[in-house]
Amino acid sequence: MMGTAESDVIKIQEEFKTEALTPGQLMRMRFVRHKMAVFGLIMLVILILYSFGGAFIFTEAEANFTNTKLRLNPPSAENPFGTDTVGRDILIRTIYGGQISLLIGLAAVVVEVVLGVLIGAIAGYYGGWIDGLLMRFTEAMFNIPQLFLLLVMAKFFGGSVPDINLFGRQFSGSVVVIIVIIGLTSWMYLARIVRANFLSLKEREFVLAAHTTGTSNFSIIFQHILPNSIAPIIVSGTLSVANAILSEAYISFLGLGVKPPTATWGNMLEGAYNYVETAPWLWIFPGLLIVLTVLSINFVGDGLRDAVDPHALVDAG
Amino acid sequence: MTEPLVQVRHLKKYFPITKGILIQRVVGAVKAVDDVSFDIYPGETLGLVGESGCGKTTTGRTLIQLYKPTAGKVIFDGQDLTEIKPKTMRTLRKHLQMIFQDPYASLNPRWTISRIIGEPLRVHTITQSESAYLERVENLLETVHLNANYMNRYPHEFSGGQRQRIGIARALASDPKFIVCDEPISALDVSIQAQIVNLLEDLQDQLGLTYLFIAHDLSMVRHICNRVAVMYLGAMAELANRDDLYDDPLHPYTQAQLSAVPVPDPRVTRARKRIILEGDPPSPANPPPGCRFHPRCPIAQPHCKVEPPVWREVKPNHWVACHEV
Repeated sequence: MMGTAESDVIKIQEEFKTEALTPGQLMRMRFVRHKMAVFGLIMLVILILYSFGGAFIFTEAEANFTNTKLRLNPPSAENPFGTDTVGRDILIRTIYGGQISLLIGLAAVVVEVVLGVLIGAIAGYYGGWIDGLLMRFTEAMFNIPQLFLLLVMAKFFGGSVPDINLFGRQFSGSVVVIIVIIGLTSWMYLARIVRANFLSLKEREFVLAAHTTGTSNFSIIFQHILPNSIAPIIVSGTLSVANAILSEAYISFLGLGVKPPTATWGNMLEGAYNYVETAPWLWIFPGLLIVLTVLSINFVGDGLRDAVDPHALVDAG
Repeated sequence: MTEPLVQVRHLKKYFPITKGILIQRVVGAVKAVDDVSFDIYPGETLGLVGESGCGKTTTGRTLIQLYKPTAGKVIFDGQDLTEIKPKTMRTLRKHLQMIFQDPYASLNPRWTISRIIGEPLRVHTITQSESAYLERVENLLETVHLNANYMNRYPHEFSGGQRQRIGIARALASDPKFIVCDEPISALDVSIQAQIVNLLEDLQDQLGLTYLFIAHDLSMVRHICNRVAVMYLGAMAELANRDDLYDDPLHPYTQAQLSAVPVPDPRVTRARKRIILEGDPPSPANPPPGCRFHPRCPIAQPHCKVEPPVWREVKPNHWVACHEV
């Protein structure tokens, strides 16, 4: 009799046992509460499907196929987004251009994050003259307008780059140049964020405990401190994707970016410059795609910022 | 008498005060620890007490080489920790551990409990296999009376007392000889304080540990420590066996502190004389000349303002730094 009563109690306890939520689960819950962020995420998925899924329907040869007889056709059943100055189909070009624009956005941010995290982490962790040197360099980079840096570097490195093959696509080597120069000119903000985080975290007792244990500096930087400053890095990195896409659009619009025939949303705008009124479909579609992408990324970034808010984390804990 | 496990000799730790944006000039120093000497014997608990900012935490941290000392020696088990190579120091660290004050800040919030406790095991490759590692972590959790099933949880799922136990388990992982307990109970509730203190005492009996117990609660120190050292403004004021110090304090600062300990008996409280010190402790960046305590000392003499007192053994095992003793 007693035995059954006890096992009943255990059963009931089991039923009501709630597993504590992991920090990741809490983050997801807070992100989902952010309506615009969810909308942005869905929009981004659609844009990625558009750019990468579209490639299964049309070939890149079609995107670069010129036929001057068809030049500047307005949108029609044949060419839903119209044709450009040399008769290329704009729909197919936005698909292939989207791949490049998104690739540039992501890859440039990878370069930016690697540089920014390394410089910020070393400056913040070691302090002293290393910090002084790295931060003065960061400030110097800050004080040169980014657009100017981008143009000078694009002019300098963008001379003659051979074409490259990647994922079965052949495209202008200038894509890699653009990725590197956007990365090289945008890491400063992130480096400052990371440095500030390292400065405060390195005095925390869990870091002192790691020192007491004899953990190496490398492990302390990359296993103790960095995981604790990952939240601002993710937020800043996400927002930087939007900036990188815009930067690519600037330099391509000014004719120093990715070289044709490889399409990007940015260099499609370049050709539209002289036809702003006469052939608006030349700029409306790539322009709209840039705006949509940048907006969605910014919404997602805002959502992430709220999701990783440490104060909310304290409440939940 | 047995050989001391730790000998601290003329230890100094100054933190530079700098000015300037581009070129940092040193314009002064906070003398957090200024010429401190004492011994710690194997198996004992040495209490280190003093008011906030007197340098007791810095002494503990400098002692285990978390801060590089400005001057002085720390001899641990026959080796001078201030002179050995960083690499040797890293391997020696498994014998020297620390328990921290704030159980909310001392555990990495992104790591699971098993990873936190097991860090010393991995760093010093103490356990050879994954199963031995998990077994050791389980044992450690049981040693500090925590459920071994908790090992995959994160620190935010625990209370302050539980976290402090996790911190203790981590300190025990590498089988240390010596543990610096940096106010391990001052962030906890009184009921939890007793549990943690009893746990520390049990562990000392079982494992033969030696503690440097930093605290500001004089009644708790009386309970746990064998000998007690009193610090004031970066320097030692008095060091004696527990009962000698509590029954017969020699330094006027110690006398004042002990007269402030609350006694849960109104008759005693009414009968005893309370020594109230005047003023605040001066800044350690600019300590007073002569005896550091003279501006607040009730028995200060003219020569106290000029001549620093010598740290001397006035009675067997009873050290004091005062001219008037």
